[in-house]
Amino acid sequence: MIASVSTIVLFGALVTGIVASPGWPTVRADFFDWGDAKAAFPDIASGFLVNVEMFMVAEPLILLLALSVAVVRVGRSPFLFPLRVLAVVYTDFFRGVPTLLVVYLTVFGIPALELQGVTNNKIVLGVTALTLSYGAYVAEVFRAGMESIHPSQRSAARSLGLSHGQSLRYVVIPQAVRRVVPPLLNDFVSLQKDTALLASVGVVESLRQANQIGLTKFVYTPYLVTAAFFLSLTIPLARLTDWLGRRTTVRQSAQGAT
Amino acid sequence: MSRWSTSRRPGVLAKVVAVATASLLALGACAPAKKKATAPPPSKGTTPASCISKDKVHLTKAAVLTVATDAPAFEPWFKKNDPTNGKGFESAVAYAVANELGFVRSKVTWVKESFNNSYAPGPKNFDFDINQISITPKRAEKVDFSDGYYSAAQAVIVIKGSKYASARSFADLKGATVGAQVGTTSLAAAQDQIKSDQQVQIYDDTSAATQALKNGQLDALVVDLPTAFYITAAEMGGKGVIAGQFQPTSGQTEQFGMLFEKGNPLVGCVNLALADLKKNGALHQIQQKWLSSDVNIPVLH
Repeated sequence: MIASVSTIVLFGALVTGIVASPGWPTVRADFFDWGDAKAAFPDIASGFLVNVEMFMVAEPLILLLALSVAVVRVGRSPFLFPLRVLAVVYTDFFRGVPTLLVVYLTVFGIPALELQGVTNNKIVLGVTALTLSYGAYVAEVFRAGMESIHPSQRSAARSLGLSHGQSLRYVVIPQAVRRVVPPLLNDFVSLQKDTALLASVGVVESLRQANQIGLTKFVYTPYLVTAAFFLSLTIPLARLTDWLGRRTTVRQSAQGAT
Repeated sequence: MSRWSTSRRPGVLAKVVAVATASLLALGACAPAKKKATAPPPSKGTTPASCISKDKVHLTKAAVLTVATDAPAFEPWFKKNDPTNGKGFESAVAYAVANELGFVRSKVTWVKESFNNSYAPGPKNFDFDINQISITPKRAEKVDFSDGYYSAAQAVIVIKGSKYASARSFADLKGATVGAQVGTTSLAAAQDQIKSDQQVQIYDDTSAATQALKNGQLDALVVDLPTAFYITAAEMGGKGVIAGQFQPTSGQTEQFGMLFEKGNPLVGCVNLALADLKKNGALHQIQQKWLSSDVNIPVLH
């Protein structure tokens, strides 16, 4: 009761404060014009499909790449040492470099090499860039998950006669993945938004459409339409993440009780 | 324990609400009054030099003319990405206008303003923005424009020896992937006049679009003609060629204008200055000096 009253008062004050300000008519005309929003809707919707396409293709590739990198990094075989070095260099580099740079280097840099048989398709190269960049982040999420599994689990698996690979496959990874689902979803939400980075190399997606319409009419409303599209996906995903997180907590505390 | 903490939280929130409400009210009280929507024309008999003092035009910075352009500032509109050197067409025009208004070189300062930000509502940190901005009626609802200081023909750049190198008409570009810079007349022309059956590709600036053309990600690039001369001569390394030029038909005559905050009376003064520069031939001379002649480029239909 008190909570809802104070919430209403706070948001009410915020809204009246903004609406009563002298610049509000201009801001409303430039940012919140219903006519502009409606006019921009079809182009932005078709652009948003490109965003969806890109992250739906990128996400499985990222998970695959990241899991492989994480498995290499937690491995102990001296035989695979060079691969481990490569994995460390990869994660360090791609986590440290702005994603936009990776996008530029991949989409403009690779075709400029004029290699035979390498595509110059912007979307293919762009998705590659996002996969490389996010693969590094997600690999660290997986690695953290695997390392959070108590060593006794692995020892128990080995003592049952499972090889290192088998114990990873059947004991460590299943538990680790379950544990890191919330951060994975977090990175997935982030990936969705970062598909907009590909606008800067010529992919006509929703942000670019908004940009284009905005510059034609000198208004910012189309950006809000794009924002609404992104929110319509990221908010449900965020709630799902919350719910999964809570469920995990509940399950783990239940485990503690037994 | 948990009950105690939940019952405590509204107290904190209430304080937050009170502070927020109070500060918002304070904000509303001291906010500036709304500016008038249209600029009055300069009073009769005003000369450009006396215009600012006579009409009491408020400048962004007192006694200094603050001019904005994007960074990087592209050739041939500017030289060496330095608007302050007076070289390049728009830099020269800005200094000529400033001179007419009674500002010597040292009384002109430049600020960087991206095209995306140039039309943001609210007070601007420049007196005017000169950045190859085409005057359109839609845009003029949000900002004020000076009279045109240049009318730009559009040009199509293609790769030498490519399938489209010999294009002489829009129909020849039917299957081409055409690109242009976002928010430009060139882009509108690519979409509405060339009408290739491929989706037009959009780039942040002409250098990104040029890179895409070099990479074969584009078959043809539409830019205004002076920019096309510069790109083919300086950035394509002999690989690019101008297939042809054409006049954009979207809207009336396409002209570049200086951009002002809506209602800024300085527009009138700048228009007086531009009129003088047109009458005495100075504007034409600046154009001759910095922009290549377009006589040898075939016209596309």
